Amino acid sequence: MSQSAAPTRTLKKAIAGRDASTASRLVVMVATRKGAWLFHADLKRRTWTTEGPHFLGHTISHLRLDPRDGRTLLAAAKTGHLGPTIFRSTNLGKTWKEAQQPPAFAKPANDLPGRSVDHTFWLTPGHASEPGSWYAGTSPQGLFHSKDGGVNWVPLPSVNDNAQFREWMGSAQDGTPDGPKLHSIIVDPRDAAHLLFAMSSGGVHESFDSGLSWATLTEGMEVVGGLDASILTFHDPHCVRMCPSEPGRLYQQNHCGIYRLDRPGGGTWQRIGRKMPRRVGDIGFPMVVHPRDADAAWVFPMDGTDVWPRTSPGGHPAAYVTRNAGKSWQRLDEGLPASQAWWTVKRQAMTADAQPVPALYLGTTSGELWIGRDEGARWSNIARHLPEIYAVEVAQLA
Amino acid sequence: MQVLIPGALRSYTHKSLIDAEGDSLLELFADLDRRYPGLRFRVVDEQDRLRPNMRVFVNGLGTRDLDHGLQSNDFVAIVQALSGG
Repeated sequence: MSQSAAPTRTLKKAIAGRDASTASRLVVMVATRKGAWLFHADLKRRTWTTEGPHFLGHTISHLRLDPRDGRTLLAAAKTGHLGPTIFRSTNLGKTWKEAQQPPAFAKPANDLPGRSVDHTFWLTPGHASEPGSWYAGTSPQGLFHSKDGGVNWVPLPSVNDNAQFREWMGSAQDGTPDGPKLHSIIVDPRDAAHLLFAMSSGGVHESFDSGLSWATLTEGMEVVGGLDASILTFHDPHCVRMCPSEPGRLYQQNHCGIYRLDRPGGGTWQRIGRKMPRRVGDIGFPMVVHPRDADAAWVFPMDGTDVWPRTSPGGHPAAYVTRNAGKSWQRLDEGLPASQAWWTVKRQAMTADAQPVPALYLGTTSGELWIGRDEGARWSNIARHLPEIYAVEVAQLA
Repeated sequence: MQVLIPGALRSYTHKSLIDAEGDSLLELFADLDRRYPGLRFRVVDEQDRLRPNMRVFVNGLGTRDLDHGLQSNDFVAIVQALSGG
């Protein structure tokens, strides 16, 4: 199936600005329950041009730009009734074509029950040295790879058909109401064969051989009280990020707190969220890292008490930043609603650009898109009245 | 045989009534996918099961059995489940 959108501006040849010095404009990609939107701005980030909707009525879980060519977009889509697929654009969303072989599980193997992909949840471009390489994470938990820019996808049997992984994953009925997820797929910029991913639930895993074999990476991660932390089923990492400037450092927002892991070292997660204010806690979904400062990272706390409302604590939304790798945290709420704002910000719905002074971007499930200028010091609204926002990404264009 | 296509799949077929062939529903969906690449996976999953919120009627009778046999003069309706709010 091909689709065309109606861009509100001419999208000329664009090559991604791989660093801030070569960028001339920004695009914020917003994936929602009812379609996708692109927001364009120059580097001042003061005025935004809206382009969309793309795929109105489709649930778009993730929309990513290929940083290697600056023009290929992949969108993970499904509708309320129809099965999942991937749409692909090679001209920054001017036209779209459907993948020929979207992510789909293999037939049953190893006496394991057959599974079907409900939706592709996460998209990660491959290593800079491997043009056309992409990874996808699905619900229920599955890992897929494409070598041709997202046209054809193959399952990774080392994860999807591995009996141990399947035990950790549980069945689709064992997951959260929106379905269990494989997410946070990370490709180490130093080594294309070094991959990481996380599962909600099922823990954090890494491979040093391009996904042929995997090791767990959960030491130090806590689980809900009373459960056995040695059983990976009980581990619920919400979002894991690798620091671009120091890939040996990982940050993680977990169901049970905020963590940092440093290498070289023991490979043990340290719960840095204990330094968050007690009244706010260290529960949330997104984790954002600084493009150049590995000591700086942001979270957006959610209420994880009682029945887990998953809303801003006290109805007063705020980001929190650490500038010393988690030794302390500062509240960032200037410009955000001061009361009665019961926001939920999902794990893919907060990010930062790579400008000399980065801005943050977040989307709420109530359909608001916000920018946090000066590294989140001052917030202002970009768009309201969008559908429920699932994911926000930003890219620099030359 | 004639096949009624729901609105959500018209972006593939560009019309509501189409002609297709097959001795079973599985064969019919294979033929539909040859004619309209990608359509089958939106309706039938990778384990050859009809997706949960899709329905198929053969001559007005609903079935979820994709091995269901077909005759050349059957009328097959692919329908999105109608329920909820």
